[in-house]
Formats: sequence, C-alpha cells, structure tokens
Amino acid sequence: MAELILRRLLSAVPVLLLVTLISASIMQLVPGDPALVIAGTNASDAEVQQVRRALGLDRSFGVRLLEWYSGLLRGDLGQSLLLNRSVTDAILERLPVTLALAGFALALTVAIGVPIGVIAALKANTVIDQAVLVVALIGVSVPNFWLGLMLIVFFGVWFDVLPAGGYTPFADSPLQWVRSLILPGISLALLQIGLLARITRATMLEVLRQDYVRTARAKGLPLRMVVGQHALRNVMVPVVTVIGISFGLLLSGSVVIETVYSIPGMGRLLATAIFSRDYPVIQGGLLVTATVLVLLNLVVDLLYAVIDPRIKHDGRS
Amino acid sequence: MAVPEAATTAPGSVAAGAPIPSAVGRSLWRRLFGHKLFVTGIILFGVVLAMALFADLLATAAPEKMNVRARFRTPEWQFLLGTDNYGRDIWSRLMYGARLSLSIGFAVVLVTGVAGTLIGLLAGYFKRLDGPLMRFMDALMAFPAILLAIAIASALGPSAINAVLALSAVYTPRTARIVRGTVLVVREMDYVQAAVASGARDGWIIWRHILPNSLAPLIVQLTFIFAYAVLAESILSFLGVGPPPPTPSWGNMIAEGQAYLREAPLLALFPGIAIALTAMGLNLLGDGLRDVLDPRLRVQHG
Repeated sequence: MAELILRRLLSAVPVLLLVTLISASIMQLVPGDPALVIAGTNASDAEVQQVRRALGLDRSFGVRLLEWYSGLLRGDLGQSLLLNRSVTDAILERLPVTLALAGFALALTVAIGVPIGVIAALKANTVIDQAVLVVALIGVSVPNFWLGLMLIVFFGVWFDVLPAGGYTPFADSPLQWVRSLILPGISLALLQIGLLARITRATMLEVLRQDYVRTARAKGLPLRMVVGQHALRNVMVPVVTVIGISFGLLLSGSVVIETVYSIPGMGRLLATAIFSRDYPVIQGGLLVTATVLVLLNLVVDLLYAVIDPRIKHDGRS
Repeated sequence: MAVPEAATTAPGSVAAGAPIPSAVGRSLWRRLFGHKLFVTGIILFGVVLAMALFADLLATAAPEKMNVRARFRTPEWQFLLGTDNYGRDIWSRLMYGARLSLSIGFAVVLVTGVAGTLIGLLAGYFKRLDGPLMRFMDALMAFPAILLAIAIASALGPSAINAVLALSAVYTPRTARIVRGTVLVVREMDYVQAAVASGARDGWIIWRHILPNSLAPLIVQLTFIFAYAVLAESILSFLGVGPPPPTPSWGNMIAEGQAYLREAPLLALFPGIAIALTAMGLNLLGDGLRDVLDPRLRVQHG
C-alpha cells in the first residue's frame, strides 16, 4: 500500500509541474502587448508602463517563470491588478464558498444519481428505466447556466419560494444557507446526476448478471438483500470515479453558476477577472483548480485500492 | 510493397479485435437507421443543420436590425418568437445563431479530429514520443475543460476563431488519448506484426492498418465533442469571451436576455432550447454510432 501511494504521488509530480507551466503561460497567448490590451487604448504611456511593471512584462518570460515558481514555493500567486491584493488571499477568501456549493451539488448528485441508477437497472427496459435515461440525456444536453436562469424565473420570480440569487453563510443561518444553495446546486448537479445514474445503471446490470448474484437469488435471498449485500459494493467503484470527475466539473461549472446566482465564490472571482482581464487572478484560479483536481484524482486512485483489493496486487490502475 | 494480403484480410484476426465489422456498407446503414436513438438524433440535428444552412431563407428579418418601436414584443405573426430589448427579431437571430454555433462546433471537430489523430498516432506508434506527448496531454487534461477554454479565450480575445482555438486546445488531448488507445491495441495484432515483419514501412502500416481501425472510436468521440463544443461555446459567449455581439450566437443571446429575466424571460428561453436540442441530437447520434460502430465502448462511456 505504501509503495502504491508513493508511486502515485511521484507520477503526479510531472503533471503538476506542467500544470503550473501551462498556467503561467496563459498571458503569453495575449496577442500584442498585454499591458496595452489591459490598460486600454486610451491609457497614457505612464499607465501602460505601470501595468507592464505590475505584470512583470518588463522582464523576460524566463525571469518571470523563475519568479512564478519561487512565488509558488511560498504560496504566493502574485498580485491582482484590480483587487489591490494578493491572488492567494483573494482565492483563499472565496474558496470555502465554492467548495460549499460544489460539495452541496456533489451530495445532491450521489443522493439522487445512485438510487435512480439502481432502480433503472432493477427495472431495466421498463418505462421507469427509459425515464431515467431521458433525465440523463437532458442532463448532458442542457447548458447549466441556462438551466440556472430558468430556475430563477420559475422558483425565484414566478413562485417566489427560493432566493433568486445571493449567498447566506452557514454561520448566519443554516436554513437560509441551504435555501440559497438549492437552485445553484441543482443547476450544477443535473449533468452529474445523469452521468452517475447512467454509470450506476450499467454497473448494476453488469453485477446482476454475475454468477454469485444468481447463486444468492437461487438460495432464496430476497432481491433487497442481494442488492444491499453484494451489488452495492460493486457500484461503489463507479461512484468513486464519478465523484473524482464530477468534482472537477462542479468546480469549473461554478464559474458560470456563481455568476448567474451572484454567489461570491472563486468562480465569480474568476468570471470577474476574465471580464476585466485580470490575468494574475485567472492564472492563479486555473492553477488552484487543476491542483485540487490532480490531488483529488490521486485520492480517488488510492480509494480504489481500498474498495477493490484486486487493484492493490495489480500495481497500476 | 510486400504486405501479405492474406494476413490483412484474414477473417479470424478481424473478428478478434478490429472495431469495424467486416461487413460494412449497406448493412451498416440498415443497422444505423434501425437504431431508434440514432434516428431521433439525426432528425433533431437535421432540423438545426437546416436552420443553419437555410438561415437566409428562414429568417424573416435581418438579425442585427434594431427597431426601437418594436421592443419586447411577444410572439406574433410578424415576429414569430417575439423581439428582444433592441427590437430585433428573435426567430431570425436564432437562425443565424444556429449558423454560428454549428460552424464553431464543426470547426472544433475538424481541428480536434486532425490534431488529435496526429498526436494519438505518433504517441501510440512511436514509443519514444509516447512519454513526452502524453504527459503534456495529461497536463492539459488536468484542467477542467471549460475553465482552460475560458482562460485561453480570455487571453486570445473574444472572437469566433479564438473560441475555436480555445476549445480545440481543450478537446484535442481527449481525442489523442482515444486514438492512442486504439493504436496500442491494433499495433499488437498479428496482422500488423506480420506487416512489420515483412518489412512494411511505418507510414504504410499507419495508413493501411492503424488509421482505419481508429476510425470508429474517433467518429463516436468527435460526435460527442461536437455536442460539448456547442455547449461550451455558449458558455464562452455567455461570459463574454466568445463571438461578440451584435452578431447573434445562442450564448450571447442568453447573456443579453439575462438582464431582462423578470420582464421578458422569453429572450433567454429560446436560445437555450436551441442549444439543448442541438446537444441532445448530437448526443443521441453519438450514442447510436457507438452502439453500432463500436459496441465495446458501450459500458465504458458514461
């Protein structure tokens, strides 16, 4: 086990190094002089110079890369151009809100996706099964930000039962906190619910065909017990996979959903930064999200070994 | 060219692992059009494609023509889907939006298909290139797709071409990985080994054996990428880093409609439905193609 952990940790190192390099290179893609683009066409020479110095563009890319990496070692992601503070502080301040939203959406995903996937498999090729597949299809086809807007119109404006936007911290009022997360949570989760339901259904169908399930049924064990004791453990593997993939999609989806619902999280910070071309914040946000994902995938890989002992001997996954 | 024809066409080896069934041709079409989901997908996508192709005929007004005296009209005969905050005809904007969205989606498919195939072939076939190429692809894939696309598009500046570049950069690694996967399997096949042993050149083997076998999973993947690209383009436009207004794209129509959500929800409603139907059609097409062309992928794909 220790060897597996070590090997996976080591394999993440080159990917993380490249991730930091790609994040640092985003500003290189700006055509022409980024300082001029950011300061605007009617800025004075002095203003452009100031932006240039703030971005480090008066130094070569190589020097800036060195500074970027030495900053990373100290947890310093540079200075925001507009917020007048460090990128690290801005992200750390908003990250908890985004994690709360993504966590809430993930909870919805698992709480809805797994049961409907299991039910669809048990009722394979019935109307119920078809309905679940249709929900899954809608999930992968509807743009989440548009779904968010439509939910606002429905539940926030017409029926006026849930807040149409804004965020209440948990410490202020747990009830309002949940209420403020329901609509954005659903907007974010629908896609993941569909994906998870499909994978759960497929895995469940696979498991139900296995000999040991037939044996259990043959010796008279009720279906409920068979599912609970044998099948669900196998369903856990795709669930864990999806949690790994989903969390990344939920984090990146927060950029639009937090904008739609005016939630002061990292996603909205990034959306604002994109709008105002605050590249240090964009690079920092990109790096933090990707790093969280790489580490999460690592945890998921290791979780496999716990759930499915066969992987441990296999050595790689 | 000393390629043993017998080895390449031996029925046993084809049945063993080649993704494309040997009896291609008419039976393939029959199976595709007997597949309900595929047919539904074709119809949905066909409608949107017709909107894009015949936008000039279907539009009842110039898509960018403003009319201050006809703002926020509800649907009526003159304005089939009503008008927006500038008095522009939503129906007509929707038609031209289809043209822009599908063009961007198709361009992404094209770029991704070519670049992904090239990288996948190189990485899968030449062992020495595999490590560096795929590490880089892994790193690109470590970012959430839409976030990286947003960052790239925001650096390049808002335009349709830049949206295509940003989305292609994001989806190419996913295509490359699929092609590489097939190459690794096919390369070990007996008939390919036989071709290697008989001295066939790399280029010939790739062209004659590897590429055709990679085609089925590639087509399936590209259909899904088309759907992702249409959805992602709408997100880029919504955030203001896609094709800029006043040129109508479904995403920037929703973005403009957001400000009038309370008074005129129809502004945001219609383009969203158009995006959803397009993505749904493409997803169904992808599902159908996968079932028919490449049944082995059935369980793997989520």
